[in-house]
Amino acid sequence: MSRIEALQGWVDARFPLTAMWKEHIGEYYAPKNFNFWYYFGSLALLVLVMQILTGIFLTMNYKPDAANAFASVEYIMRDVSWGWLIRYMHSTGASMFFVVVYLHMFRGLMYGSFRAPRELVWVVGVVIYLALMAEAFMGYLLPWGQMSYWGAQVIVNLFSAVPFIGPDLSLWIRGDYVVSDATLNRFFAFHVIALPIVLLGLVVVHIIALHEVGSNNPDGVDIKKLKDPKTGRPVDGIPFHPYYTVKDMVGATVFLIVFSAIVFFAPEMGGYFLEANNFIPADPLKTPEHIAPVWYFTPFYSVLRAVPPMFGSQFPGVAAMGAAVVILFAVPWLDRSPVRSIRYRGPLFKRWLATFIVAFIVLGYLGIKPTGVWGIVPAGIPLLGGAPVATVVAQICTLVYFAFFVAMPWYTARDTYQPVPERVTV
Amino acid sequence: MKFLAFLSAALLSGVALASGSTYPLDKAPVDLSNTVSLQRGAAAFQSYCSGCHSLGYMRYSRLTDIGLTDEQIKKTLLPAGAKMGDTMGIPMRPEDAKSWFGVRPPDLSVEARSRGADWIYTYLRTFYRDDSRPTGWNNLVYERSAMPHVLYQLQGELAVEHAEGAEGHAAPKLVKVSDGQLAPAEYDAVTGDITNFLAWVSEPAQDARVRMGFIVIGFLLVMLVVVYNLKKEYWKDVH
Repeated sequence: MSRIEALQGWVDARFPLTAMWKEHIGEYYAPKNFNFWYYFGSLALLVLVMQILTGIFLTMNYKPDAANAFASVEYIMRDVSWGWLIRYMHSTGASMFFVVVYLHMFRGLMYGSFRAPRELVWVVGVVIYLALMAEAFMGYLLPWGQMSYWGAQVIVNLFSAVPFIGPDLSLWIRGDYVVSDATLNRFFAFHVIALPIVLLGLVVVHIIALHEVGSNNPDGVDIKKLKDPKTGRPVDGIPFHPYYTVKDMVGATVFLIVFSAIVFFAPEMGGYFLEANNFIPADPLKTPEHIAPVWYFTPFYSVLRAVPPMFGSQFPGVAAMGAAVVILFAVPWLDRSPVRSIRYRGPLFKRWLATFIVAFIVLGYLGIKPTGVWGIVPAGIPLLGGAPVATVVAQICTLVYFAFFVAMPWYTARDTYQPVPERVTV
Repeated sequence: MKFLAFLSAALLSGVALASGSTYPLDKAPVDLSNTVSLQRGAAAFQSYCSGCHSLGYMRYSRLTDIGLTDEQIKKTLLPAGAKMGDTMGIPMRPEDAKSWFGVRPPDLSVEARSRGADWIYTYLRTFYRDDSRPTGWNNLVYERSAMPHVLYQLQGELAVEHAEGAEGHAAPKLVKVSDGQLAPAEYDAVTGDITNFLAWVSEPAQDARVRMGFIVIGFLLVMLVVVYNLKKEYWKDVH
């Protein structure tokens, strides 16, 4: 027995190191037919690690103080060695986190990865998504530019639309009557410690839940059904390591090339990743003409704007926006199809999914633009005359967004299906 | 270097604007590889702008990045009493500024990122006489700007002519009332240099950033070849 093996035995007698390695990496059998869409889970983990590392170094020089925050970011950009790189990696990472997570979620919808027995993997994933939204929102206040400030002002004010407790609730969140130094300090605390801990914990739960039930695949075939009688291993499964570790290295490298192209050549991404207005220090007395959230929130912001106020209250819009996220939790129980993967589903689901994606992207686009972007519906048209075209389109897209989920039990039960093969196809 | 210049110009001009005016902006001659233009811009900024506008995040010592020596900076750009490590502040007290102009002249460190280089370039060239304003000046890009036309001795005086178009609101036109010390092309060059300098000041690391980008992506491309072949080798037995 070599010294290394002796050490391993010593540790294993006290901590299940080898057992954990085998369970989650060395002998975790994943389907051999993962395609392009299966890169985004490991990429999300990569971005999370990158955000934490760059975040630590930013924290060393950033000052969570309304009088110094903006200047400290410029100090990082100019006077801290490699500060500009750390900052751009972090700001680009925030947007790329959402790119990767949205693609990861779309994969789940396409291949039915939320179906039994993976309901909890999906549910935990949606909680991660919620935590990520909170993390991104609070982080966006920290540079203390005009967009940071007024974006936070608008979002926190949404809570004041909640009946009865609203005004007190938003006051409690801000810690002041307007977004101020007190707000900045508490958002900083949430952004750098509270939410990252929650996120890390949730990611561990997400992966443990996944490894308990095993990964789905583009065919939606259960690989555990067909095992090699001698070894007891799934015949269509391959160990995560080395097969998927080396494959994910290819995915990670391609991702890093795209990521670097943004960081080094277009860190503002034409104003979508870093907004021009955010290079003006926060001014509580000067409201910008057009306040839009960062791109990854805009689909939901569009839903908010699409719902008209009712009974003199903005609450219906706020509730619709909340429901647009919360409805994701129900997906595992809304789908009635006998198969998982889109490959063996019928035309109804495919059309609904395609329409849903178009609606989501249109909502996202409209959320960035002022409502007047597409002009006004001519006065001659009944009901709609005089309303901004963009608002009408956003209302239609909002209906499509919710109909995709609400009508799912109906169209998935009524759809036609193709037989699912016994084994995965490569 | 030409490509770098093109790239940085493309990135800077992509910045979205929110000035409220719809006056069409002219393309600013931003070329960060042109250190002579940057140095001229720095000198012009110190002569005409730095009385009111600070570059509060910019240190004098960093001006060596645009090819100036410590000696040159000390001799021509450093105000009396300032140290090389200081940031480029202004002597004016904020309360004085407020009473003289109604507002405190903004710090211009990141102006080229918030408004864009094209905005600055067009703004500096579209001041016109307007006796209804307290300063006697107005601007086409930034209407009712509190800033007087500091460069009028160079440009001369312009007046605005609202040509009545078919729909009654054609773009306003500027006409020359009196000549300045510079010909129009020379004036464009001076304001172009100032704009170029401010574009550089808004992110002094941008040249280094783009250079580093080619190295990093070059490395990643080599790594891609390696990891791709590694993957292919490992996956040989998967059918």
